[in-house]
Amino acid sequence: MSTTKTKWTVNLKVYRKKGQKAPYYDQFTMEVDPDEYVLDAIERIWAFHDRSLTFRHACHHSTCGACGMLVNGVEKLTCITYIRDVVEDGGTIVIDPLRNFPIISDLVVDMSLFFDRMEMVGQRQVIPIAEEIVGSSQKAQSAGNGKEYLRLSDCIECGMCISACPIAATNPDYLGPAVLAGAQQSGLDKKPELLQIVDQENGLWRCHSAYECTAVCPSNVDPAWRIMDLRRQVTSQRFKRLFR
Amino acid sequence: MSEHADKSGISQAFRWFDPRGRDVGTIAFILNRITALGLTFYLFLHLIVLGQLAKGAEAYDGFLATIRSPIFVFGELLVVAAGLYHGLNGIRVGLTSFGIAVPQQKKLFYWLLAIAVLGSLIFGIRMFTA
Repeated sequence: MSTTKTKWTVNLKVYRKKGQKAPYYDQFTMEVDPDEYVLDAIERIWAFHDRSLTFRHACHHSTCGACGMLVNGVEKLTCITYIRDVVEDGGTIVIDPLRNFPIISDLVVDMSLFFDRMEMVGQRQVIPIAEEIVGSSQKAQSAGNGKEYLRLSDCIECGMCISACPIAATNPDYLGPAVLAGAQQSGLDKKPELLQIVDQENGLWRCHSAYECTAVCPSNVDPAWRIMDLRRQVTSQRFKRLFR
Repeated sequence: MSEHADKSGISQAFRWFDPRGRDVGTIAFILNRITALGLTFYLFLHLIVLGQLAKGAEAYDGFLATIRSPIFVFGELLVVAAGLYHGLNGIRVGLTSFGIAVPQQKKLFYWLLAIAVLGSLIFGIRMFTA
């Protein structure tokens, strides 16, 4: 959709927090092209208004998962969120950091525990090239069996599913959607040790089926479906054990 | 221009009941919790009502006459509606928890909501016309 007016005036209300000081919102009024992305406007704040604003960004094309933020209260990858989709000319865009993560500074949250948990279920941050080549060949061998290949490796670890999850809001020990989806992707049959990690109080049984993780996921990983599939696998294993 | 931003623990707890910016799944989740709280509250009320029996038949009959007023009947209708919704959503959550119809969870919610509303209407008509 093209817009008739090339420049809009919008207000950006940006969450600020430094150290132990109380958080507050800074408001910036600026001219933007409505066909720009929200991240472009945030970068412009940093470049022309306030160099102390901190935020994460890298690839600018929804691959790195670094720029996940709350845009008007909803988790968005700001690098692919058009300004015209979240505000009208003269309106206000409210930018907050992701929820359910400790805030380091302004829009930057601490995702280290989340990344540790991802590694714990076999989703490593860095995979040596040699191993990845072997991995690709294994994937190719299993390509014929259908479901296993459903958007297999698309999780960009943006943390937006954790931010949207109502359970993660009140229980920091809950492993969370991405981690459980990662465990499902790793596979209980290939990694039986994962059973102990996911089949516990703060594992897959803590999910209360709000499906917000799937609603906000920018990569169609469908964490909710993966959690339910993991439950089915665990239940099936328990059931089989009864008849052994 | 600056203003204070509230990120207190209380606001986090209220997020369970905040549907702003959220999807259908959260609406189902919120309704499930509200109806659960309502039904739990009703259970205690029910026990208090039954406690009236201990005061003798006359006291109990007098109490029953009081709760036949429209406001109490409406309260009972809310219990029926909450029970219907909570039970039907329980089936939805149970099915999806076993990996059944997960991609259809939104449709299941709309259907269960329609059945719960219809059932509540039927109960309401019967309760207020009896």
